[in-house]
Formats: sequence, C-alpha cells, structure tokens
Amino acid sequence: MNETYRVNNEREVIINVGPQHPATHGVLRYVVKLDGERIVDSDPQVGFLHRGIEKLAENMTYQQFNPYTDRLDYLAAMNNNLAYAMAVEKLLGIDKEIPERAQYIRVIMAELGRIASHLVWLATHALDIGAMTVFLYCFREREYILDMYEMACGNRLTYNYIRIGGVARDLPDGFMDKLKEFVKLFPKKVKEYHTLLTKNRIWLKRTKDVGYISKEDAINYGIAGPCTRGSGVDWDLRRDMPYLVYPELDFEIPVYDEGDVYARYLVRMDEMVQSNKILEQCIEKIPDGPAMIDKPEYVWEPKERLMMNNYALMKHFVKVVKGIKAPAGEVYFGAENPKGELGFYIYSTGEGKPYRLKIRSPSFINISAMPKMVKGGLIADIISVIGSLDFVFGECDR
Amino acid sequence: MTNEELFEKINARFGEWIIEHDTFRDELSVTVKKEKLHELMQFLHDDPELKFDYLVLATAVDFPDRGERFYLVYELRSLDYKMIMRVKTRTKEDEPVDSVCDIWHSADWDEREIYDMFGITFNNHPDLRRVLMPEDWEGHPLRKDYPLKGRPEDDVWLDKHLPEGQLKKPRHTRMP
Repeated sequence: MNETYRVNNEREVIINVGPQHPATHGVLRYVVKLDGERIVDSDPQVGFLHRGIEKLAENMTYQQFNPYTDRLDYLAAMNNNLAYAMAVEKLLGIDKEIPERAQYIRVIMAELGRIASHLVWLATHALDIGAMTVFLYCFREREYILDMYEMACGNRLTYNYIRIGGVARDLPDGFMDKLKEFVKLFPKKVKEYHTLLTKNRIWLKRTKDVGYISKEDAINYGIAGPCTRGSGVDWDLRRDMPYLVYPELDFEIPVYDEGDVYARYLVRMDEMVQSNKILEQCIEKIPDGPAMIDKPEYVWEPKERLMMNNYALMKHFVKVVKGIKAPAGEVYFGAENPKGELGFYIYSTGEGKPYRLKIRSPSFINISAMPKMVKGGLIADIISVIGSLDFVFGECDR
Repeated sequence: MTNEELFEKINARFGEWIIEHDTFRDELSVTVKKEKLHELMQFLHDDPELKFDYLVLATAVDFPDRGERFYLVYELRSLDYKMIMRVKTRTKEDEPVDSVCDIWHSADWDEREIYDMFGITFNNHPDLRRVLMPEDWEGHPLRKDYPLKGRPEDDVWLDKHLPEGQLKKPRHTRMP
C-alpha cells in the first residue's frame, strides 16, 4: 500500500488523503485504495509528530515530566496532568490521602477541560464537514474556560496546574463567580449548537450510517471514551472504576447504540451537559481546606517556607535534583479523558525517575480502528470519521 | 472476584508455566513463560467467569543486563466484572513471541509499536512494520542502550533523506 497512484486494474486506484488535507491535522497520512468512490482498503500512517516523550520521561524525575504531559493532548492539557499525577500518586501510595478540596478542584478542572475539548471537537468537526457558524460559536464559549484557566494557572494553552499531591495553589479570588456565570450560561449555548446541527439535513446526510462500528468490534479494537459509548458500550471510568470524588457526584453516562458518526456526535453533546451538571454540584459541595497534601517528602516546599527556612531550601534542592523517592513496583492508572481512556503505566525500580513510562493514548488506539470504520464507505466519509474520532496527534505520536 | 481467587484460578491451570506473580497497589501481575502466553491469554479472554475482553495496553520494558532482556507487559480489563490484571512474559532479542492480535485486535498497533521501539518480533502478526519511526530507520529507540541524544549513525539516515545544506546536523554528545 505504499506506492501511490498505482492502478491495480481498470478500476482500483490508490491515493493519499493527507497529510496536507486540513482535516488530517497535517500529520496523518491516510493511504486509501478506491474502487470508484468506494473505499476498498485503507492504511493510516502516523508517526510524523513523534517526539520520543516516553524516552524523555525515562531520563527525568517524576516532577520534571509533569509539564510534558500538557503537550500530549494540548486541547485538554489539564486532564493529562490529572491522569499523570494520579498515576504517580498511585505508585507512591498516597492516592487516597489527597485533601478533599484538592479533589474537588481537580474535578472542576477536568470537567472544564472536557467541555473545552469537546467544543474544539465540535467546532472543527463541523468545519471539516462545511459548517462555519458552529466553529465561531464554539470558540466563543471556549474563551470563557480559557479565561478561567488563565486565572488559575496563568496559561491559555499548556495549562499546567495539577501537581503530584494536589494542585499548585488554591483557586484565585473571583474564580468561583466566573465559574457560576459559565455554568448558568452554558446550557443555553448547547441548545444553540443543537439548533444548528442536530436536525440539519446536510449534517444528517453526512453523519448518519457513516463510519459504523459494532459494540463487539468497538471493545475488540480497544476504542475508548465517547467513541465506544456511541456504539452502545456502557462504560465510563469515572463511574465504573471511580477516582477522585466522582462517586459523590450525580451524573449520567450518555450511551447510544447506533455506532455511527451521528451517535458519537450525540454522545459528546450530552456529555457536555453532564459535565456542566457536575460543575454545578462542585460549586455547592466544594469544602474549605488545604489544596495540597501534607507530605513534604513527595511535594515541593511552599514558596514562603523556601524563602525563610534554610533547611527547607536544602531539602527542596535535593528533591528537585534527585527526584522524589518512589517505591519499586509497577502501576497502571487510566483516567476518563475527553478523547477516551488516557493511561500511564509506570515501571519503577525505586529511583527518582521512572524506569519505563508507557502512555496509553486513546488517539493512537482509535486511529487503528479507522480502516474498519471506513471500509465500504465513500471517500468523503473519511473526513466525517476523522472528525468523529476526535484525535489529537500530539497524543497519538507522543 | 478478588486478586487471590483470580490467581488461584490461573494457577490451577497454568501453574507450572508461571514464573512469578505479585500484587502491588491492588493490581495482580502474573509472569508466564512465553510458550504459554497465547494460550493463557485465550483462556483469560474466553473464560465466562473472567471475560477479560478489553486489552488496555501492551508494552515492553528493557533490562539490557539480564539474559531475557525484554519484559512484555499486557494490561487486561474485564468490562463485565470490572477487574484488571497484568500478564507479563520475558523474551530475548532474537526470540519471537506469539502475537495476541487474533484475540484482541487492539494488540495490532501495540505490537507494531513494540517491534518499532524495542525490536521484539511476533509470530503470526498480520502486518508487522514500524508505526512511529520511518520505515528505513535502523535501531530501536526505546532500548536502554540507545542514547537519549541519538547516535552518530542516525546522520546516515539524515544524509539520505535531506539533501546537502538543507539541515544542520545535530552535534552528538554521549550520555554520561
């Protein structure tokens, strides 16, 4: 399948979709064998953005690797931070001792990240298929979330706020007011998106019965997150393998049985509403207290102590240079990210750095199922399917 | 089913093939000889009381100074019973392992990545080629004896694919 433009017989032709096509993010080469407009076979080729992040992780301490996780799925950087921090906490054995306030702040950040990521997905998915207005609407609402992130951690793209043991600092003044404002406003906005797309005839024609994958295949191909829930798999890590304070919150998991692009679209639309519901509850339930675990051996010293106390400075220096001492062993932790299950497998030999760190990225696995989804369809369906799988190449190629 | 019960069930059938097992942070790991890996995986997938129908990830860990230098790691999950477990096996550089692609399709790309990054080959894999590195790249970057900053030999690849003067060659420094 590597020779392009080779005519096998009278009808079949092989072409490249991407990497230049705007819908393929510039880094996915999709080799397609066509019979007329029908797809006979296809082969996604990835790796154009491979940066060797796993190799880097093996050569730096646990704390130093934290900002690198932002560069995986840069549309939901906070969720990546969370998954990584929780994997390390599981290795250290402190995952049950995170202060409750820190857990609530983490949930707020993760759910805001989910909404922001889904908004970018909806915007670009609709744009790929040809709807411009949704793109503008979605980015308008995403700005609210980015403003909140900027208040919390100072960044608007690679927002890095969640640390091993808690969060970097408590929420700033005015954050909660802004969050309340957003939570109140957002359901109306989702209705606007529904008005534009859900019963739109062109949208239905482009998405219904396109990119079908059955429930059994979805599980067998290892697809995760909204893509499986669009195929009728009732599975969500937040509910089924709970972490943080999710068991105390009341939310539903949207599941659709159709298994096509339209079902995956509806799942994500419903998920945004559910995330908003979670945020509403967090605003009511968030308690006072510390935002960082009280275990000086695992976390960095607070800045006030560093400036005043020479001994704290020495301890901090050792921690920064040698890393935090983790026990020998291996753990896996997977978190429910907007794109699916993002997991970190850590093999520790008892040093300050991981001996091996493997990132289970949802995008990588989801792309591997694409040939199954597009086979027998039309060439234009590839664009719909790419949008519905919602992959990000920083995460796929690592 | 608790981790102990789960291990007993595996041990009853594959006892003589199990090299070691342990439970760390409530996760059961079982290391099995590579001859029986495929059979054990098929059993875990098909048994109605276990139903490990979801392969979360497959990867490898490299220990260059050990005889069987690679540890293959498979993370399994049972969606029905909400269980997780880890199956491991050990292999050498030139000894292929049976692929589990026919049990879980998601192993396809994972095993391609293991082949790409570690150089472990698989029997009965439908399409074993590199996935992340260029097809004609030599060497396997995630091995521990592959330096972080690349090797001088990598310039050969650059010379071949980038014409003279288009790119400044990186200055190679050895890792301490």
